[in-house]
Amino acid sequence: MSDTLANDLITPDVDAAPLLSQPGVSMLKAAPITRLSLRAREATLKDAGSAFGVELPVKPMTCNTGQKRAVLWMGPDEWTLLAPADDLKATFDAIEGKHESHSHALVDISERSEAVIVSGEKAVWLLNTGIFIDFSLETFPVGTVTRTIFHKSPVMVWRTGTDTFVVEAWVSFMDYVSGLLVQSARELEAA
Amino acid sequence: MSQPFRTEKGGRIERAEQLTFTFDGEEMHGHKGDTLASALLANGVHLVGRSFKYHRPRGILTAGSEEPNALVGIYRNGDQTPNLRATQVELYQGLEATSQNRFPSLGFDIGAVNDRLSMFFPAGFYYKTFMWPKSFWDKVYEPVIRSAAGLGKPPKNPDHDFYGNLYAHCDVLVAGSGPAGLTAALAAAETGAKVILCDEQAEFGGSLLSEVNASIDGKSPTEWAGEAIAKLDAMDNVTLLTRTTAFGYFAHNYVALVERVTEHLSSPDPKLPRERLWQVRAKEVVIASGAIERPMVFPENDRPGILLAEAGRTYLNRYGVKVGHKVVVTTACDTAWQAAFDLADHGVEIAAIVDMRETPPESLLSIAKARGIRVEAGCVVTGTLGRKRVKSALIGRLMTSGKVASGGQIDCDALLMSGGWTPTVSLYSQSRGKVVWNADMGAYVPGKSFQKERSTGGAKGLYGLQATLEDGYAAGEEAAKAAIGKSVKITYAASSGGEAGEGGTLGALPHDRNATKVKAFVDYQNDVTAKDVKLAVREGMQSIEHIKRYTTTGMATDQGRLSNMNALQIASGALEKPMTDVGLTTFRQPYTPTTFGVFAGVARGDFFDPVRKTPSHDWVVEHGGVFEDVGQWKRTWYFPKSGEDMHAAVARECKTVRDSVGLFDASTLGKIEVVGPDAAEFLERMYTNPWKKLAPGRCRYGLLLNDAGFITDDGVIGRLAEDRFHVTTTTGGAPNVFATMEDYLQTEWPDLDVWITSTTEQFAVAAVQGPKAREVIAPFIEGIDLSNDAFPHMSVKEATFCGVPCRLFRISFTGELGFEINVSRQNGTMMWETLAKEIEKHNGTTYGTETMHVLRAEKGYIIVGQDTDGTVTPQDAGMTWAIGKKKLDFVGKRGLDRPDLVAENRKQFVGLFTKDPQVKLEEGAQVTSAENPETGTPAEGHVTSSYFSPALGRNIALAIVKNGHALDGKTLYVPMPDGSIPVEITGPVFYDKEGARINV
Repeated sequence: MSDTLANDLITPDVDAAPLLSQPGVSMLKAAPITRLSLRAREATLKDAGSAFGVELPVKPMTCNTGQKRAVLWMGPDEWTLLAPADDLKATFDAIEGKHESHSHALVDISERSEAVIVSGEKAVWLLNTGIFIDFSLETFPVGTVTRTIFHKSPVMVWRTGTDTFVVEAWVSFMDYVSGLLVQSARELEAA
Repeated sequence: MSQPFRTEKGGRIERAEQLTFTFDGEEMHGHKGDTLASALLANGVHLVGRSFKYHRPRGILTAGSEEPNALVGIYRNGDQTPNLRATQVELYQGLEATSQNRFPSLGFDIGAVNDRLSMFFPAGFYYKTFMWPKSFWDKVYEPVIRSAAGLGKPPKNPDHDFYGNLYAHCDVLVAGSGPAGLTAALAAAETGAKVILCDEQAEFGGSLLSEVNASIDGKSPTEWAGEAIAKLDAMDNVTLLTRTTAFGYFAHNYVALVERVTEHLSSPDPKLPRERLWQVRAKEVVIASGAIERPMVFPENDRPGILLAEAGRTYLNRYGVKVGHKVVVTTACDTAWQAAFDLADHGVEIAAIVDMRETPPESLLSIAKARGIRVEAGCVVTGTLGRKRVKSALIGRLMTSGKVASGGQIDCDALLMSGGWTPTVSLYSQSRGKVVWNADMGAYVPGKSFQKERSTGGAKGLYGLQATLEDGYAAGEEAAKAAIGKSVKITYAASSGGEAGEGGTLGALPHDRNATKVKAFVDYQNDVTAKDVKLAVREGMQSIEHIKRYTTTGMATDQGRLSNMNALQIASGALEKPMTDVGLTTFRQPYTPTTFGVFAGVARGDFFDPVRKTPSHDWVVEHGGVFEDVGQWKRTWYFPKSGEDMHAAVARECKTVRDSVGLFDASTLGKIEVVGPDAAEFLERMYTNPWKKLAPGRCRYGLLLNDAGFITDDGVIGRLAEDRFHVTTTTGGAPNVFATMEDYLQTEWPDLDVWITSTTEQFAVAAVQGPKAREVIAPFIEGIDLSNDAFPHMSVKEATFCGVPCRLFRISFTGELGFEINVSRQNGTMMWETLAKEIEKHNGTTYGTETMHVLRAEKGYIIVGQDTDGTVTPQDAGMTWAIGKKKLDFVGKRGLDRPDLVAENRKQFVGLFTKDPQVKLEEGAQVTSAENPETGTPAEGHVTSSYFSPALGRNIALAIVKNGHALDGKTLYVPMPDGSIPVEITGPVFYDKEGARINV
């Protein structure tokens, strides 16, 4: 995993059994992390970045990462800030403190969603069983992040490595998402 | 059983591997590489089905997916799949096939009486015959027609297969792998473009697989094709898909393919799907769907043993099967002659070549002469004899007068025919393309492109091997250049042989028979004859669209690929109009019949829709709770104790909440965090209520209208800070409220500094309601003085629950003292289990949605979507108190001033008491002013909610009734099948009207 982004931040949940473990593809539940939704006007971006420790990306569908930090571009005025679970209060307060006078909204969404780490040479194939995005490296290079649809569930997909993706869904949708991924991967075991 | 019609050598079948299969129970043999059709023919079986309407014996007509006759059922895994084309079914060991549309057997079929009675079943028969008497339709006509209609039997069991789905993107999609498709794929792949090549057949190569008289780069066509495939297979940028039909061409070069993954296997790995839907987004598409041969429309052209000439050639050269031992070939074009020559070279007796043309090309005549084949030029087939298999052909000589003179009869056991070729323009047509008439070719060919596609080879009416190869290369180069801007010089393969032929005919052929008696089929699958098309014209149909629907020609599963051109020519003759004026029907998706399973995909069983569960779910399952579906959510409906039915459980839960305390999972409620300096201003504009003066730490009930002024949602909103609100919505309304807010923010008020974030799933919510609610939560809450003075009704504060952060609301949807505790989602189960244990100490209960409904109904609290139906205003609901009178504007304010919303006699929200307290009204029942109104009398309103109220010890109901607020104490009626139920109008608040219980 040395070539993957944010591998000090997005880590498998050591208490959870692998959801999928095949030669071609694996799926692991990710450990809890801090997720903050930041909505802000342009004037605020610089300060928010320095308070968080990583500059906010402005190019659509990209991310910036730092030590145990990542910022995902979610929309023209929307970012998801990722930090270790224990840093929730500190990160929240740091940005709020710096921004009291600014126009922005910071909301804790740490537990709104869960993530799985899908990796392996068949990861793209597996995601494409339910996601219509072109995951070729030219159009969806490492670091690309987007909201999209997996079958009937909204998901967020973040490519953290050539063959590694973080797939997030709202908690109550995760059974559906991970269940269908497991079901669809079954044919890879066929002789 | 031996295979008497198998050639001694040749073909692409694996002769060493013999397979056993059954057809209607009879065991036969074939080889790997056979289709069911070729294997049946090898065994001398031509009769494979009965026709749709007349139940005429029918045989295999084609060798492709356009096959109209040879529809069979295949048994597999204890169930039967009907209507598979035998020409597409690959043979496997143990295959079980059955014929269709016959009773009791294929050889003797009672329905065949329809053929003798056919004068009573002309086109449009149903429309004319079954109109009167009208009352007969439901009871007699429709059931009889339905039982007689349709082909094959639908499977009885749930589909035991599963289906895959894959989204794919490519630079160039090539549909079809004949000479044009293969070269297009080669040329495109060479540039490095990402190429998907698909073909509906088991093998790539298309017509090359049955071509033995040509060579490409000095190799046989099959050898050359094999090398081309191997080359493509070795390239990383190429995806090869056999058994994969491009069945739908949709907008923006979105093309749907269905890959048949396991159906050709005797015992497939159960982990593999039966089929896979490929949803391809292609930058450029090359349509290389080729051309198909047209049947000739002569009387009795449908007997088993009559095939298209090229099909006869394909069965011979590709499958090593002779369609007969003594064959007549009838044609209007050159290509069919090659079928005769190839068969003759395999020792088949060619009884005659019957060519319509007075002077067929000298080159063909000399080859025929060299083989000693009798040629009848200037002749047509005017009929055939033989019941279950053709046994002779009647020959007619075309006279200069246009009449036909009998030319005798030629015995045969198979008849090959060719009316010429029709380009397969289906995909082009699906891509929104409009075909254009090419008089030289006598065919409709693709016109200009509406999407990023081009047709190549036979699909655009181009014939001849060399020309097709070259056109394919060019199409591939062009597509790759357009897709990725690159082109690479490649050497085109050079071929010899396989020259294009001349000639062809359209429409019904002349004959010397009694035109009112004979049947010359235009559309085989739907049993439409030339006569039917002419009748449709006589009865006033002028457009081909009307003729199609009147006669059903072209409405079979091939969508008229075989029949359209002939039907058009016949209609054009009957209308005395040029063919181009008659029009052409549109080819639509799917190209060939496609299973429902592949469309349903994974959306079945547990994965039909996401099943959303709350943190209490497992606990509830363990404790025997009963769930109900609320949208995608599973919510607990009620918690029966042993021996309790729903009524008893709900009554107990209601009573317990009012007497002591109840615990309810409210996690599904929508939650939106509204944050920013303009948060209060934003809510002020969205909701009817005033928000600016709401102090941090306080809550207010909010009512949301649409622009028209009707109630669309409601919920309690708490102000956490000057610039931060916690908004709750209804469970079902959450996505809509969020989208509406975002819509207003982006389009109407982009100047406001406020943002919304959905926090529905960030929090788990437990509602603790009842006189002992405070005692229940007190041990776990830290950081709040819970006393009534310090934390009164409609307060909110951040604190901790068992040490984890929480937002505590003091609110009530029951009319009792109540709290709602929000903790982060992952702590939800801990909170639920803690509280569930605690309420037991207070003789409390967990309760579900049904009790929640009863308790709120006793208090007259509305449920949006149950007591409102999108036409209810705040005035109608008696909720003008929720409108901020001093507010300049809010969503729906102007709507509320519309004349019809302030008019008299609007339906208003009221309570109902049945005169007999034991009678429970039905929700949705109509409320009338007369006890037994006459049929057609408009209702005064309807019952929206109805429950037994344990607190009142009687039944109560809520309703919306015309002018209801003024009818207090009046008697109305609810007419039901068992008699009218008298009801008394009352206010909607049934219990604790002063609201004293909330403020303790």
